[in-house]
Amino acid sequence: MTAQTEARAPELGRPRPRKEDARLVTGQTNWTDNIVLPGMLHMAFLRSPYAHARITSVDVTAAKQIPGVIAAFAGADFADEQGSLPCAWPVTEDIVIPNHPPMAVDEVRYVGEAVAVVVARDRYTAADAVDAIEIDYEPLPPVLDIRTALDEGSPRVHEAGNKSFEWAFGNGDIDAAFRDAPVVLERTYRQQRLIPCAMEPRAVVATCVGGEFTIWSATQIPHVLRVMLALVTGIGEQNIRVIAPDVGGGFGSKLQVTAEEVLAVLVTRKLGRPVKWTESRSEGNMTVHHGRDQWQRIRIAADADGRLRGLDVDLLADMGAYLMLVTPGIPLLGAFMFNAIYKMDALSFKCTGVFTTKMPTDAYRGAGRPEATFAIERIMDDLAAELGLDPLALRERNWITREEFPFTTIAGLTYDSGNYEAATAEAKELFRYDELRREQEERNARHDPVRLGIGISTFTEMCGLAPSRVLGSLAYGAGGWESASIRMLPTGKVEVVTGSSAHGQGHETAWSQIVADQLGVPFEDIRVLHGDTQISPKGMDTYGSRSLAVGGMALVSACDKVVEKAKVIAAGMIEASADDLEWTPGRFSVRGDPEKGVTIGEIALATFAAHNLPDGVEPSLDSDATYDPDNFSFPHGTHLCAAEVDTETGMVTIRSYVAVDDVGRVVNPLIVEGQVHGGIAQGIAQALYEEAVYDDAGNLLTTTLADYLVPSAADVPSLETSRTESPADNRLGVKGVGEAGTIASTPAVVNAVVDALRPFGVSDVTMPCSPERVWRAIQAAQQNGEAR
Amino acid sequence: MSKITVTVDGASYADDVEPRMLLVHYLREVVGKTGTPIGCDTSNCGACTVLMNGESVKSCSVLAVQADGADITTIEGLANGQNGEWHPLQRAFHELHALQCGYCTPGMIIAAADLLRDNPHPSAQEIREGLEGNLCRCTGYQNIVRAVQRAAEAGVTS
Repeated sequence: MTAQTEARAPELGRPRPRKEDARLVTGQTNWTDNIVLPGMLHMAFLRSPYAHARITSVDVTAAKQIPGVIAAFAGADFADEQGSLPCAWPVTEDIVIPNHPPMAVDEVRYVGEAVAVVVARDRYTAADAVDAIEIDYEPLPPVLDIRTALDEGSPRVHEAGNKSFEWAFGNGDIDAAFRDAPVVLERTYRQQRLIPCAMEPRAVVATCVGGEFTIWSATQIPHVLRVMLALVTGIGEQNIRVIAPDVGGGFGSKLQVTAEEVLAVLVTRKLGRPVKWTESRSEGNMTVHHGRDQWQRIRIAADADGRLRGLDVDLLADMGAYLMLVTPGIPLLGAFMFNAIYKMDALSFKCTGVFTTKMPTDAYRGAGRPEATFAIERIMDDLAAELGLDPLALRERNWITREEFPFTTIAGLTYDSGNYEAATAEAKELFRYDELRREQEERNARHDPVRLGIGISTFTEMCGLAPSRVLGSLAYGAGGWESASIRMLPTGKVEVVTGSSAHGQGHETAWSQIVADQLGVPFEDIRVLHGDTQISPKGMDTYGSRSLAVGGMALVSACDKVVEKAKVIAAGMIEASADDLEWTPGRFSVRGDPEKGVTIGEIALATFAAHNLPDGVEPSLDSDATYDPDNFSFPHGTHLCAAEVDTETGMVTIRSYVAVDDVGRVVNPLIVEGQVHGGIAQGIAQALYEEAVYDDAGNLLTTTLADYLVPSAADVPSLETSRTESPADNRLGVKGVGEAGTIASTPAVVNAVVDALRPFGVSDVTMPCSPERVWRAIQAAQQNGEAR
Repeated sequence: MSKITVTVDGASYADDVEPRMLLVHYLREVVGKTGTPIGCDTSNCGACTVLMNGESVKSCSVLAVQADGADITTIEGLANGQNGEWHPLQRAFHELHALQCGYCTPGMIIAAADLLRDNPHPSAQEIREGLEGNLCRCTGYQNIVRAVQRAAEAGVTS
């Protein structure tokens, strides 16, 4: 037996380039659209050109006569078997959840809704045949504005009306907080509708052999999808295997059970041949669920010195035409975040979910938290301006101080850790805050046509979704646990199975780092498996910045179990009492006699051989663990944005951007930094560029990337990032980082734009802050006679 | 159907194709070069960028018949064939974490290769402008710019 294993530097905190890259940079990827099966057919959909209409007739005869077309179906052909697409989050008891057939049968309720499907030998023929389908509609009035959709006399999206639910929540005496408050501000902010635009379009391949279904899908949620496909179609869950191969980004948009996935299963069952569907970008912009889309009325009450008394939030949230997987729950994830990092006496929150004849909304990076963070951080800046305080000073007056953790907020969440002072101090220094404020004053004084604005966002968020009990109390349809397995191979190598299915986050690398430290095996000797319900049968998948804080902890538990099993076997191998053994990752040795020991690899081999295992010990070092968190985790940070605004053209240019994030302990700084960069860019995109636009008839105008302005490298600034660290209250000390940047950056940028224009009397610019919007905001303010 | 002869990543192919077939579909579905993905249908995203006779093209906006007689290099042919040694851009993208989901990466690397051929020592701003035709949703571009800079320092010219 070898003496000691070589001492290894800890993997945690090491900037490891990713294992995943080897296939991604060489084009050896396995996207769903790459999959080709013998006899595979291609599906193409005919989609509604109307926002709202009754289908009066569908005739697929001509389409079927085209050579190479195998079949064509209208919605009615699946009426008896297609079920209703699931909504797993009925947020109130009296919520209206309309029937949502994967393919419309009688009525269409948004442009792009599927009405017929063609199945052909190749994708070109399928597309041709779609054009040959004859369909007639009787147009019905669209419903496009949630502010008027609840008016009496408004056309109805569904027979039950346009209100889906009303959900309210509060704590403290809100009336007392506002009564006689020296300062009360009321604002209405617009969260525009966004299109997620993951770079990989959705795709699905389905096959059925002997009653057993395999579905490859560009999905974030293979496990959830499996359960839902079983529930929707009636196919036994045991006969469904879902594989998420390489998945090209999600951002929440692939956290969905889609019409096309269900129909692929139904079509392959009907035809007995494998089918594939891959969307075009234009199709995707119309029919991948959208994000945000809220009107936020927010009132804040404060004392004269800026101390916050209360916050009153009233949201109108656009559900779109139907409730999809977690549609109604998204705005409610923000309910607990409006109070952010601040102490106050009372909070009141109300949200009304409203139907429109538009694509349904659902999770999009941040999912409810960016909306909440935007509103509170915007109004904090407005309140500071009202009180004549520096916006950072106002925040400092109200935030939870580092000595106060753990702190139970007015929303009832217990923030386990944080250090807002440290993150803010670091950000101010990197940003040269005081210097930029001086420059701003100078430019204002000389009436520089290009003004400088400084935007602040001292954000927090809740991630690590989620304690199952909390989800239950919110009427969510599932738990929030995550699963992990460790398989010790005879040669000492390790297979790690995770239920969290990655699509760009780098699990294969980060999980290897965690296991390397826990088990004391080399990083290179570990392989991480995920994204296939046959390989990883149990999981809750990837969203809500949950993978590390929940899935990572499951991994640690699974490693513990391996070590526990290994200890008994090691004791037998070195003929010592298990109580006398000491574990340093990778090796057991006898306490007081460190030379005497065995490595985990030697134990793995001995377990495999099973020749001399202690009595009653099973020959296995493998382990399974399922981890259900006790609490959310709460990353936070201070983001500062300096924007130059050309007051003559309305053009906004971000001059510098500093992000100091506290995501707890960091497993891989390269990955964390990448997540922060990408998140910030996505938040900047909401602030300055992106908006899903429907015309008065309910047609989506932004169907292409020429109209929907996903920013390019030339449109986003170089970022300066740094970190502070207050470890979370879990064994790894980790919080999560997937959404932080997006949550933080939108208000930072808009606050900078507004800050630049305050001398003109501007107090808000509606997103996206395009040159036209900025210019008009200046003109409107000047016409109001507020110009100085 | 039209007969075309195309060299792709060093191997020659002769095929009958529909005149309307896009080069990217030819590469992916006829030749089997699935390393080149499709991200849009309006030539905005650049995911499908390949080198055609040494210059970058978006293969969704080229017809397969237009590539008759052409020499195409995809991401799969960028590494040094014999020993499989990665191109300096592939190495730099890996080392500097210039990719996350990796869907835009083939097009981004090919476009960067073309950029460096035109301008071997670009500034950060020149890189940002040079890659304007390639969209990435994951990285915020910061590490992509750094990776291209590093490859430029290593003296990549093709």
